[in-house]
Amino acid sequence: MTVYVLRTLAKMALTLFVIVSLVFFATRLSGSPLETALGEGLTEEDRTMMIEYFGLNGSIWEQYARYLRGVVEGNFGLSFLERRPVADIVAERIGPSLQLLASSLALTLIVSLPLGVLAALYRKSWVGSAIMTLAFVGYAVPNFIIAIFMILLFAFTWNLLPVVGNGSPAHFIMPTIAMSGVLIAALTRFTRNAMLDVLGQDFMRTARAKGLPESVVVLKHGLRNASVTILSVLGLQIAGLAAAGNVVVEAIFSWPGIGELLVASAIQRDYPVLQFGVITVAVAVVTINAATDIAYAYADPRIRLSRG
Amino acid sequence: MVDITAVPAQPGMLRTFWASTNLIQKIAAIVGVSLIVLAAFAPLIAPFDPLDQSLISRLRPPLGFERYKDGFYLGTDELGRDVLSRSLYGLRLTLGLALAGASIGLLLGGTLGLLAGLKRGFTEDIIMAAVDIQIAIPFTLIALLILAIFGSSLEVMVVVLGIAGWEQYARIVRGEVRKITQMPFIEAARASGGSPRYIAIRHVLPNIVSPLVVQFTLALSNIVILESTLSFLGLGVQPPTATLGSMVGYGRDYMPTAPWMVTVPAVMIILLTFSVQITGDWLRDRADVRLRER
Repeated sequence: MTVYVLRTLAKMALTLFVIVSLVFFATRLSGSPLETALGEGLTEEDRTMMIEYFGLNGSIWEQYARYLRGVVEGNFGLSFLERRPVADIVAERIGPSLQLLASSLALTLIVSLPLGVLAALYRKSWVGSAIMTLAFVGYAVPNFIIAIFMILLFAFTWNLLPVVGNGSPAHFIMPTIAMSGVLIAALTRFTRNAMLDVLGQDFMRTARAKGLPESVVVLKHGLRNASVTILSVLGLQIAGLAAAGNVVVEAIFSWPGIGELLVASAIQRDYPVLQFGVITVAVAVVTINAATDIAYAYADPRIRLSRG
Repeated sequence: MVDITAVPAQPGMLRTFWASTNLIQKIAAIVGVSLIVLAAFAPLIAPFDPLDQSLISRLRPPLGFERYKDGFYLGTDELGRDVLSRSLYGLRLTLGLALAGASIGLLLGGTLGLLAGLKRGFTEDIIMAAVDIQIAIPFTLIALLILAIFGSSLEVMVVVLGIAGWEQYARIVRGEVRKITQMPFIEAARASGGSPRYIAIRHVLPNIVSPLVVQFTLALSNIVILESTLSFLGLGVQPPTATLGSMVGYGRDYMPTAPWMVTVPAVMIILLTFSVQITGDWLRDRADVRLRER
């Protein structure tokens, strides 16, 4: 178990190092990243001063070393546009993003666990196929289209819900639904498949033979055993899907979170903000994945009790 | 030795395929083929030039609404351009980009997977480490970085879409290759003097075609969604050229007055992703014997 944990952590560290390095060299590929932000008409002196101000002087390896030191110390440089530490800019965006993520995850769990269980129990009847069709629709429709149609109906036609910002609880409704679409589709499928695997097991027959009521059999013996698989999928798949959904949904609803910041900084070419934003999200996803891996291993006695 | 790639497609084969589909799959196939035809012949079908502006017929609604202008069946946009013609050209570009992207991904990922599966050792470790890292990073982030650095152009977009999903091909091909190389007929080929190259192309490749076709179809739908999303955010192909996604993106500003500007391309995107995904699911179910019982 210890070896397994250490190996997972080492892999995580390597992944993060590669991401951090790739992000650095990628932004240097196009020449000086400051070029677009500075514009023309600066004297040579001012230009040199600005380059020094943003820490872009010296050879690429010197910059890389300084950048790595900054990453370790938590100093990620200044935004080209706002002229303040990117860490501050990103930090104030984390709260709203987490709120949206939490509400989407809550909606996803509330909707897809029951749907997944039902789809497994009634897989041969119309209930099962209706649920799977719904899950399919969630997969195939891009979330920005769900968002656009919701805005068209609930904001412009019926004037029921606000579109821009995160000022009130009503502001959460459309972004949460738009973000949950893919997540619900994914988790419903996984819940159904995990339940199907469990339903065929011998201990389910034993539980029924003992005379337990069907609800106890399905929920306590079925869902609880399936939940290990479901949770691991939740950690591995949902983190990535949520990160991608975040970007789009936040940009559409002008949600003041990290996703909106990433899109804005990509369009405005504010590289320091984009760099740090990408690193932040990547660190979050990689950490969640590693944590899931370890938790899954812990839940599995074959790995937990092994020496290796 | 029978070359399985050389078996000619018999007319009866298509009919057997058709009979094995259900109603939804039949509809998806018809919609999908129609979209491909519409995209391929867009210049012939489109009633107007997609870039032709006409300021007197701006923001006209589709057929059947008040103020409808004759000939502009699906309405016009803020510059008086025909929405139907623009959507057809947008569909053409979206499909073209997606096909190019998916093909690049297939070539890149397939080659790396084949290398990893056949060479083993250090080569395999490096390739699979890259796969693991790519899986760990949400691709939207990579796409944002690339588009911010290299700017938004058709070429960059193709590259971005090509990199998306290569790791899936690599994983599948490596797994299949490892499975197949264990089989006796590969050993027999090696024993009878086949070079590694000959074995890879002649024996291994034909046997991994079916999982690749499935993955290609499923990836195509994801790539359409990715391209549409990036274009919608304003990071894709720049105006006046439009893909379906960027049409939805620009139409967003006119939603209260001209909802058809977003509805038409949005519905086309949905039809496209639906038909491709349904076809992909059907292919996967056919290819995977284990799934047939479910």
